[in-house]
Amino acid sequence: MRRIGVFICWCGANIAGTVDIEKVVEESKKIPGVAYAGEYRYMCSEIGQDMIRDTIIEQNLDRVVVAACSPRMHEPTFRRAAESAGLNPYLVQMANIREHCSWVHKDEEEATRKAVALVRTAVAKASRSVELFSQEIPVERRALVLGGGIAGIQAALDIADAGYEVDLVEKSPTIGGRMAQLDKTFPTLDCSACILTPKMVDASSHPNINLFTWSEVEQVEGYVGNFTVTIRKKARFVDEEKCTGCGDCFEKCPSKVDSEFDEGLVQRKAIYVPFPQAVPNVPVIDKENCRWFVKEKCRVCEKVCEAEAVDLEQEDELLEKRYGAVVVATGFDVLGLEEFGEFNYGKHPDIITSLEFERLVNASGPTGGKLLRPSNQEPPRNVVFVQCVGSRDKSRGKPYCSKICCMYTAKHTVLLKEKYPQSQAYVFYIDVRTGGKDFEEFHRRAVEENDAIYLRGQVGKVFPEGDKLLVEGVDSLSGKTVQIEADMVVLAAAMVPRTDAPEIARLLTLGTDAHSFFTEAHPKLRPVETHSAGVFLAGACQGPKDIPEAVAQASGSASKALGILSKETLLSDPCVSKVDESLCTGCLMCIDVCPYHAITEKTIEEKVHGEVVKRVVAEVNEAVCQGCGACSVACRPGAMNVKGFSNEQILAEVDAVCL
Amino acid sequence: MKVTIESLRSDILKDIADISGENVAECYQCGKCTAACPVNQAMDILPHQVLRLLQLGLVDEVMNSKTIWICASCFTCAGRCPRDVDLANVMEAVRVLLLRERGASRIKAEDMPEILRKGMPEQGIVSGFRKYAK
Repeated sequence: MRRIGVFICWCGANIAGTVDIEKVVEESKKIPGVAYAGEYRYMCSEIGQDMIRDTIIEQNLDRVVVAACSPRMHEPTFRRAAESAGLNPYLVQMANIREHCSWVHKDEEEATRKAVALVRTAVAKASRSVELFSQEIPVERRALVLGGGIAGIQAALDIADAGYEVDLVEKSPTIGGRMAQLDKTFPTLDCSACILTPKMVDASSHPNINLFTWSEVEQVEGYVGNFTVTIRKKARFVDEEKCTGCGDCFEKCPSKVDSEFDEGLVQRKAIYVPFPQAVPNVPVIDKENCRWFVKEKCRVCEKVCEAEAVDLEQEDELLEKRYGAVVVATGFDVLGLEEFGEFNYGKHPDIITSLEFERLVNASGPTGGKLLRPSNQEPPRNVVFVQCVGSRDKSRGKPYCSKICCMYTAKHTVLLKEKYPQSQAYVFYIDVRTGGKDFEEFHRRAVEENDAIYLRGQVGKVFPEGDKLLVEGVDSLSGKTVQIEADMVVLAAAMVPRTDAPEIARLLTLGTDAHSFFTEAHPKLRPVETHSAGVFLAGACQGPKDIPEAVAQASGSASKALGILSKETLLSDPCVSKVDESLCTGCLMCIDVCPYHAITEKTIEEKVHGEVVKRVVAEVNEAVCQGCGACSVACRPGAMNVKGFSNEQILAEVDAVCL
Repeated sequence: MKVTIESLRSDILKDIADISGENVAECYQCGKCTAACPVNQAMDILPHQVLRLLQLGLVDEVMNSKTIWICASCFTCAGRCPRDVDLANVMEAVRVLLLRERGASRIKAEDMPEILRKGMPEQGIVSGFRKYAK
């Protein structure tokens, strides 16, 4: 006979307010196998934990049931308490009589009855629990950072500074990301490049950081502490060692295409460096637009390169690397505005997005920072800014707030006024959201000192009239419709994840929300972790955020990654799947359903009636298995069991609850 | 104007919600409907104000407005609304309620021969009768 101890928690009034604790204690004592039942106001308190430890010893208990909150909260606490009394921690079972009972019921009698049933269920499971032991897994003490924007750079620098090697993989030809495109940053108006480029240089010169620009992750295998990642280093067609960065190649290159870095406002060459401070300062050839690759004519770049760095025969390289932790910082894109016909975006050069405005006002941009109208290269006088274009729009856009637009638009009005004191900014807004340090003050500065006119309302139509743009909108505060003759219209388009975010999510088994932002493990208490152990999130790939938030999250991710890298081995969670080879029929249905690719097949030999026969069975990689139980459900002969949640235990629970 | 719990929970507001199938609480007053409306210049209260008045339970102000009769049901407001509120449906619901309420005096049975003599289309007569409902 088992000697099971039942400990019932009041949780103050959280449980005791609805559940008759005394009654639960009395009923628990009647359950076969229960040697002890007691209660306490706060079982998670030190006194409560001591009570569990002392009672285990005094009563010689061999299993423990704690009826309290969700195991997500205090299971580790009670496991430790049991362990301190010399009991295997996996012999502790929790009955959730708070979230599953007291919080969701009002009637005390019924809630008490349910609490008793939940205790009975937990006792049934506990009496069939067995000792489980964690395994030690060695850790590959290197990190991978995906994405070379400010978040990725910060995460890489933090990990590298702590003494661990980092590979920083960036899809585009240079690191820097979105921040490199920006002119000034709110609310302090620091020059974006001035604060970013030192970090880019730090990242490229750091002895612990290896940059892989113009590279993409192609395959990810393995598990926390032991990821094996295949990186495709795309052919640059320029030898990074030989190139001196002189720029002769792109001076002479005859093919022109829209510049991604300048948001299509100007053209770049087919061999190019995205911007002057690019890191590395080595050009790449864009194969799709290069005359040699398209028409097999040209090779001008090769001829003009004195360093003989151009190598048109270069091929993609596949590198296989191992890592202990991964930081994902793939950043954001701007929503396409095809659905928003009323703004005529794309039909007139002076109707632009806010990111295009950043390029126009930036000294390294298409107008050398003069901020001229794209249509006639004249200074603009009246500029209309429209907020929430596609944000907070569940109909044609995205239902969420993009968070940064209120502030960068305030910044744009200030920059406009600085360049052209005679100009006038108009901002159509729905709400001005300035939650952040010095944000509200900055917004007021735009209104009070820079004379920006804020109109509460939306724009219904923008259309060209002569060399102006006629903007028709509403100011709901005065209850009047408004017409403005503008020289330029700037649309604050919503922030969306990169288009390849779903692909990255698939590679790393990350969860995404309805908009393909990666989801964190817990919205409040695990904001940088993901449900894939060892993979962390940083920056706007997780949701709209500004630079300081992205940097803070990157440092958070780095410290989480360091938590893994700083250990030589990791302890595995023993609650993973196990195959009973004697029952396994080798149907391998489990391989198909396993979302973590943790199951493989293997051939075993066994003696049947004196003869040795070979047959195929499933094999679980315990380090990869996350204990989700999908295989156990799919397994027809019942050979698959999740340890700590065996079929026998679960059926016993069902029996007990049906009593 | 006085906002009261009674006016916020009036039956007529429920009728408007039932007939239109729209929840006016979903509107966050961005004004897109007004900005997009091609006939807003002729209105006495602006389209977004119609929704605001209904949110505050001030149905009479909407019913007594010219706006609901000026609305051409072009549905531009509905197409552009970021909150998926179909204001044209709401306008129609208000009109329907008004017609039902006052409809009894619109066509009287004894006037029928005269109306028929004037050649009023049958469709007009049928829709006139419909307004006896309620």
